[in-house]
Amino acid sequence: MFLINCPYCGERDQSEFVSGGEAHIARPKQPTELNDDQWAEYLFMRKNIKGIQFERWNHAHGCRKWFNVARDTSNDKIEKIYKMGEQPPKL
Amino acid sequence: MSKNLRINNKQFVDETRKLSFVFNGKKLYGYKGDTLASALLSNDIHLVGRSFKYHRPRGIMTSGSEEPNAILQIGNDDALTEPNVRATEIELYDGLICNSQNCWPSVKFDIGGINNFLSPLLPAGFYYKTFMWPASFWGKYEYFIRKSAGLGKSPTKQDPDMYDHRYMHCDILIVGGGVSGLIAAKIASDDNKKVLLLEDKELLGGSLIYDDNDISKIDDQKSSEWLKKLIDNIKNDKNIIIKTRTSLAAYHNYNFLLARQNLTDHLSVNDRNNKIRQRLYKIRAKKVIISTGAIERPQVFHNNDRPGIMLASAVKKYIDYYGVRCGLENVIFTNNDSAYETALSLHKSGTKLNAIVDIRDNSSSEIVNQVKGLGIQIYWNHSVVDTKGYKRINKVTIMKLNDKGNDVIGKKIELNCDCLSVSGGWTPMVHLFTQSGGKLKFDNKDNIFVPDKTNLNQLSIGSAKGDFELDDVLKNSIKDTKKFLNIENSNFDKIDVKCSKEKDKKNIWLLPSDKPLSKTKPFLDYQNDSTAKDIKLALREGFKSIEHVKRYTTTGMGTDQGKLANMHALGIVADTTNTNMGDLGTTTFRPPYTPLTFGTIVGRNVGQFFDIFRKTPMHDWHVDNNAKFENVGQWKRAWYYPKDGETMYDAVQRESKAARESSGILDASTLGKIDIQGTDANEFLNRVYTNAWSKLQIGKCRYGLMLNEDGMVYDDGVTTKLGENHYLMTTTTGGAANVMSKLEDYLQTEWPELDVFLTSVTDHYATASVCGPNAKKIINKIFKNLDLSDESFPHMSFKEVKLGNISCRIMRISFTGELSYEINVEASYGKYIWEKCIEAGKEFNITPYGTETMHLLRAEKGFIIVGQDTDGTMTPVDLQMDWIISKKKYDFIGKRSLYRSDTIREDRKQLVGLLTDDPNEILEEGAQLIKDGNKNPVDMLGHVTSSYFSPTLKKSIALAILKEGKKLKGQKLLVPMIDKTIKVTVSDTIFLDKENERING
Ligand SMILES: [Zn+2]
Repeated sequence: MFLINCPYCGERDQSEFVSGGEAHIARPKQPTELNDDQWAEYLFMRKNIKGIQFERWNHAHGCRKWFNVARDTSNDKIEKIYKMGEQPPKL
Repeated sequence: MSKNLRINNKQFVDETRKLSFVFNGKKLYGYKGDTLASALLSNDIHLVGRSFKYHRPRGIMTSGSEEPNAILQIGNDDALTEPNVRATEIELYDGLICNSQNCWPSVKFDIGGINNFLSPLLPAGFYYKTFMWPASFWGKYEYFIRKSAGLGKSPTKQDPDMYDHRYMHCDILIVGGGVSGLIAAKIASDDNKKVLLLEDKELLGGSLIYDDNDISKIDDQKSSEWLKKLIDNIKNDKNIIIKTRTSLAAYHNYNFLLARQNLTDHLSVNDRNNKIRQRLYKIRAKKVIISTGAIERPQVFHNNDRPGIMLASAVKKYIDYYGVRCGLENVIFTNNDSAYETALSLHKSGTKLNAIVDIRDNSSSEIVNQVKGLGIQIYWNHSVVDTKGYKRINKVTIMKLNDKGNDVIGKKIELNCDCLSVSGGWTPMVHLFTQSGGKLKFDNKDNIFVPDKTNLNQLSIGSAKGDFELDDVLKNSIKDTKKFLNIENSNFDKIDVKCSKEKDKKNIWLLPSDKPLSKTKPFLDYQNDSTAKDIKLALREGFKSIEHVKRYTTTGMGTDQGKLANMHALGIVADTTNTNMGDLGTTTFRPPYTPLTFGTIVGRNVGQFFDIFRKTPMHDWHVDNNAKFENVGQWKRAWYYPKDGETMYDAVQRESKAARESSGILDASTLGKIDIQGTDANEFLNRVYTNAWSKLQIGKCRYGLMLNEDGMVYDDGVTTKLGENHYLMTTTTGGAANVMSKLEDYLQTEWPELDVFLTSVTDHYATASVCGPNAKKIINKIFKNLDLSDESFPHMSFKEVKLGNISCRIMRISFTGELSYEINVEASYGKYIWEKCIEAGKEFNITPYGTETMHLLRAEKGFIIVGQDTDGTMTPVDLQMDWIISKKKYDFIGKRSLYRSDTIREDRKQLVGLLTDDPNEILEEGAQLIKDGNKNPVDMLGHVTSSYFSPTLKKSIALAILKEGKKLKGQKLLVPMIDKTIKVTVSDTIFLDKENERING
């Protein structure tokens, strides 16, 4: 069970959070301009890598804020936590 | 018992407190301080069970949690009986009742024992190979396998015991209260750290506490005397919380650990009343020190599993701690020095030791020299090749090893014995370390895996890290703990330790025999009856990965997780395949380290506390009026209100009729409600719903459909415009929390520029929905000054009015197709407004109806229920709801997906109505639709999603999803059931009042 350092509330138990999958997949501004393949890329394709993965997490049973987490999926170590809208760190 | 197996003892067993217990129907005695195992051994009972596959007689082998054989059924009560309890772990209490498992009809005469003679037919993978074919026979095989195998019986009644959960936080968690853990605790406490110390036994001190040899000295004191002073010191230390009888079950990431404390299992049954049986600690530790010690390994030779063959360290503990001799004619078989401590203990207690068999050429350590000086016969460079005695060992046969150690030579020597102590070296208890994700490395010197890399803030010390000699254990524990805690000096820095040092080492994973391997039974995993032969067979058959070998041979898969077996299995695989053990890797240890009862895992979350349930403000009224409830998410919703012994069908028919003919009332409080405010609220609604919201006026309501980005229907509900920048959205009952989360997600991450605020107000308002031709009259009686004319208050509009001081939000919206008003009030007035409606409706036979009638009424109108008629694969087009998709809006959630190549297919499954040819035949929800019953395999075209008998239409109606359903209107289909085939015709989805006339009363 992780300890997650919510950027708004501080360190809390994982049971207070929900994971929202891969981060930095922005919703296209003009979906109607996209062909099926491009739209499918946004809709379905996720990296699911072994190693440092950028993820969205939500403090669902707390402040309900979304934020980003850089997590090493091979050992679940959280390398960095940063707010929505910020660029992913170089790790 | 005529034999005197108790010796004068002892500090740990209280001989003034005699306890009686019953084993396999026979009354026996032991003392306070005994384990069940030591009490059985003191009664000269070794044979306690039968092995799993061959049903060979098996005896107590160890003195701890690694015990593979002495696994008993405790208690004979249907509710309290507990299977698979290790006799070596359970403390004896007065009145304990226990029975052998896995033997039928009795432990002494066991029918399954015949498997032993059939064993050439039961090799590794036997079950996989034999019982697979023919598949239809499996049921028959299973019956016999379960009858003759199986480990114990589960209780058949509800567990009456209480269990508890508790959270704990500490600076340093120390797992294991042996000497290294105690030293670490003291060092940490002296540095002012908050320490939590867990010990699975009743007493602290580990194996050193009963160490009685005079070679081991700490600061010139007998090591056990020195340790007792340290324990006294620690018990009075305010920084250290000690939990004994507490075993660590699981070590999760981020130093989150679960430990189970036994609180009453050692008490006599009468003393347990109203006490919590076990407590599960959920521990979050800043740092963790693992000092779990090591377990001794057996050796692998022919017939190494007979009752009376035990680990040397266990034999020593039974003498030195419990004062129990395990036999009167002893032989020791070893490959290392530690078994010589057993020799000294046997000697000191005046117990006959016939010989020591040692596979090494010689040893000249201090302790071996001491044993040599006692005149005990030692057979150097010899191995045991066989043992005799069916229910108890009575002889061992030994032979000399050749130079390479791969064969035996010379002539056989037979030694008498009723107890054979075996030692094959020691294995560090690295289970918790690996559970936590730590990686091991192989140590060639001692043939052990030791902790290597970890990502966590943790440290392994003592024999858990591979230090086995007292001076190494103490000095390294002190040094490593100081470094781990960043401490410069400790009170132990000048410690002086003396002990015997082992100089000669030798290890043979599978000892040679005078017989071919195929004619021998060298057991590895006693609990699962797997032998060295099985490992070799698995390798011959092509299994290479140790994980596969483990599963194929079932080695290490019992309740002991192969604590004794794993190293030998690895060693034999390495030897056979010429691989280094370090390259082979180990199998994965998984939690729990020792089995946990379900009671401990669930704690207080049982019965009504299993899950929370939500009640509406009108709940008590429903209860008082005989409602049956259904669970919708966590809500308890009134399902139907049976009168005078009505069945559900009868009640629903009556409720539906009343609602259509006069008036009905529904508690709609559970619908999700989200208050939306902000200058961009309207734009927000345009983006999240498929239809257009720009032109909605204040005081008007609109139905909306919400999609996922994949275009599939996600939720629906009516939203009301309360003010210029103020809306009240309703969602489905089950979808409320998800919709709220989804909307917040979009606002925070995709559209942070929108000025919109969302507040969940589901619990803040109660809703009474009054419908039917007389609804207007009823509302008029309550709100006398409210203009209810269609001009002033038309369908899909809203008014806020006062009833006394209560402000009421009334929406004229309808899910039944009838004229209908939904009155929303603050939750605390919910029951009041409900009763007001009931009172006002009396003269119109106002009938409370539940969710079942609501479902029937809306189905007559063809209104969908998201989650019942949809399943996450239905687009609005599939639902024949094209009308709700705005053509003008540039974008909304899911819009782009509505013209993906897959979503525009015309042969998708689509929502249709179904009418049965026999109007009285009601379809089963979930029933499949087919066209041609003679085709094999038959094409499944869809299934029934909603089905009812309509009392208004006097016929059966159903909704279904059907492949190419839109094109099939009017066609005949079949619904195959187990006993018949029902003929149906595809119809429109609206069965009643296609012109929507009823909403105006
Ligand atoms: Zn937070």
